[in-house]
Amino acid sequence: MSTAITRDYTPGFYEGDRPKVVTSRFEFEDSHTIDRYLATGGYDGLKKAIEMGPEKMAGEVKASTLLGRGGAGFPAGVKWGFTPQGVWPRYLVVNGDESEPGTYKDRLLMERDPHQLIEGCLIASYAAGLSQCFLYVRGEMPLAHERIATALDEAYAEGYVGKNIMGTDFSLDIVLHWGAGAYVVGEETALIESLEGERGMPRLKPPYFPAAVGLYGQPTIVNNVETLANLPFIASKGSDAYTAIGTETSPGTRMVAISGHVKRPGVYEIVNGTTTFRDIIYGDEFCQGIRDDNELKAFVPGGGSAPWFLPDQLDIPFEGKEAGMAGSMLGSGAVMVMDDTTDIPEAALTLVRFYAHESCGKCVPCREGGTWLLRILERVCAGHGTDADLDQILEVGQSICPGDMPHAASERLGLEATPFPYKMTTICFVGPSAYAPLHSALTLFRDEFDAKVVPAPKRISIPVAVAGS
Amino acid sequence: MSRLNDSNVLLAHEIIERYPRKKSALIPLLHLSQEQNGWVTPEAMRHLAELLDITPAEVIGTATFYEMFKFEPVGKYVINVCQTMSCALLGSDGLMHHAEQKLGIKAGSTTEDGMFTLEPAECQAACTEAPTLQVNYRHRYRVTNDSFDQLVDDLRAGNLDGEIPPHGTLGRNRQHIPAEKFVGAPDPDDVSDGPVWIPVSVGDDS
Repeated sequence: MSTAITRDYTPGFYEGDRPKVVTSRFEFEDSHTIDRYLATGGYDGLKKAIEMGPEKMAGEVKASTLLGRGGAGFPAGVKWGFTPQGVWPRYLVVNGDESEPGTYKDRLLMERDPHQLIEGCLIASYAAGLSQCFLYVRGEMPLAHERIATALDEAYAEGYVGKNIMGTDFSLDIVLHWGAGAYVVGEETALIESLEGERGMPRLKPPYFPAAVGLYGQPTIVNNVETLANLPFIASKGSDAYTAIGTETSPGTRMVAISGHVKRPGVYEIVNGTTTFRDIIYGDEFCQGIRDDNELKAFVPGGGSAPWFLPDQLDIPFEGKEAGMAGSMLGSGAVMVMDDTTDIPEAALTLVRFYAHESCGKCVPCREGGTWLLRILERVCAGHGTDADLDQILEVGQSICPGDMPHAASERLGLEATPFPYKMTTICFVGPSAYAPLHSALTLFRDEFDAKVVPAPKRISIPVAVAGS
Repeated sequence: MSRLNDSNVLLAHEIIERYPRKKSALIPLLHLSQEQNGWVTPEAMRHLAELLDITPAEVIGTATFYEMFKFEPVGKYVINVCQTMSCALLGSDGLMHHAEQKLGIKAGSTTEDGMFTLEPAECQAACTEAPTLQVNYRHRYRVTNDSFDQLVDDLRAGNLDGEIPPHGTLGRNRQHIPAEKFVGAPDPDDVSDGPVWIPVSVGDDS
């Protein structure tokens, strides 16, 4: 049986009899202190890494096939390998700008176990030869700042960070950096722009990976907080212990936040790849079903950007490839559940408003398209829309994501799934993210949109008297 | 008047030191100036430009991109009510409406006594605890109309002074790197070799 850590210092987190990789200390009230960290195996991974040497440590991470937890799900070890030969210095930038709608995990990891993240940064920097680490934390998370600042001061004082770490020739500064409120900065090249003191706009691709050209034009590894938090486990217990959890393609565990109309919304560390959405939403150790025992109407499987799933998709495991084939993605580990009382167009509106608001303005299809989608949808929801507006939504969407859009299969509608991903006309995913959920809603629940609109007035031709006729 | 004061200038230099290039310190320094004055003043931005060897236009160019920087005075407490999906599904619209009634202002404005600014906000990474709001970016979870009223009354009475600093102050502590432990942040143009702990071949073969 899963027990709630009901103490208000870990709001929303529930533990259970499942393997723990990143939340093993959450049960302790003082989990953020160095005393607790050292008493529970803290910095053992770093010691192991230094014993192994950088080459072997990098090999362990590769062997663990640790997948990035930021949204794209790219293998971390492979990403590290993209750094070009002989170009120095190289940097580590930690992406702690968690702001995807529905996502609530990195903040917990930063607030509840900052030393685990710091150790992850040290192991990554040691293995990949990175000379300085910048920990970019979202500005709207002051508690995370306070906890990390204290933890870094402790780690510097104890000789785990800074010059000659634990008496070796490994030296690394970790600099805590404050964001200031911009969702798009979660995109890795925008994160780097922001860290350089610029407006946080994504860079034009190619180069596709900051590992080749990143911060100050140097090779830069950008990793998500949860990704790095996995490294102390992999270093101290070995990649075999890590791959023993989860499945071959998706090893380890994942932090998942389930919110919306469920009985027990919460953050859970689940076994990767084997747990299904049905387990997560209905399982006793997870969300325990829909509130008031209502029917499930639809759910968002991977953060606000992800196309929606229907009850037909409940038995899909929480695994990247499977979710992709079924027409969506797992993204940043955020499930949002809607019961049968939900007004679907209104729900879609909250997401479109988010992405339209967060567009950085660099790419026209996103800047203009997002705003148009918002205006049209607002009109529809207010009861002033026409059926031509619904076609207009699809047309605007085509200019952001040309071609087939991914969507879920539906027995009710006789629809086959179209796999993820989509094509896009923008540099980053903010523009498509404004359209993807709306496209899902409109495709899967067209009747609810139709009910809100009136027929467009017919164009009529008025004959004009032509002079001389 | 609203340039950085002497102790903050010292702090600013300490922060600038940590970055290989000065301009990287811009966002942290904007926060520092907002902490001092409650908002980002034109004089402060000119001062930051001097400290970072950039133009005031570059400072304002960056600053205006980020929502947390305010360019006119705001209330002592900025209340952000989350409006994104998870919170919206659980009634954030109603909460915002109630907040407007309670404070007697529309979202986006400040009470006449300068105590409260009310703003709609996007996802605050507390989706399981919806509906949420932040007061000066401190979370409040599962907010009801009653608990909102209580919060406003407590803030007015000063009951939460120990927990919620005035607008502008983010962390109540900040990182301090001891000089003897500081590795340093050389400009990347001045570095050509790999770190000493990396054998020459490693990192180049992958």
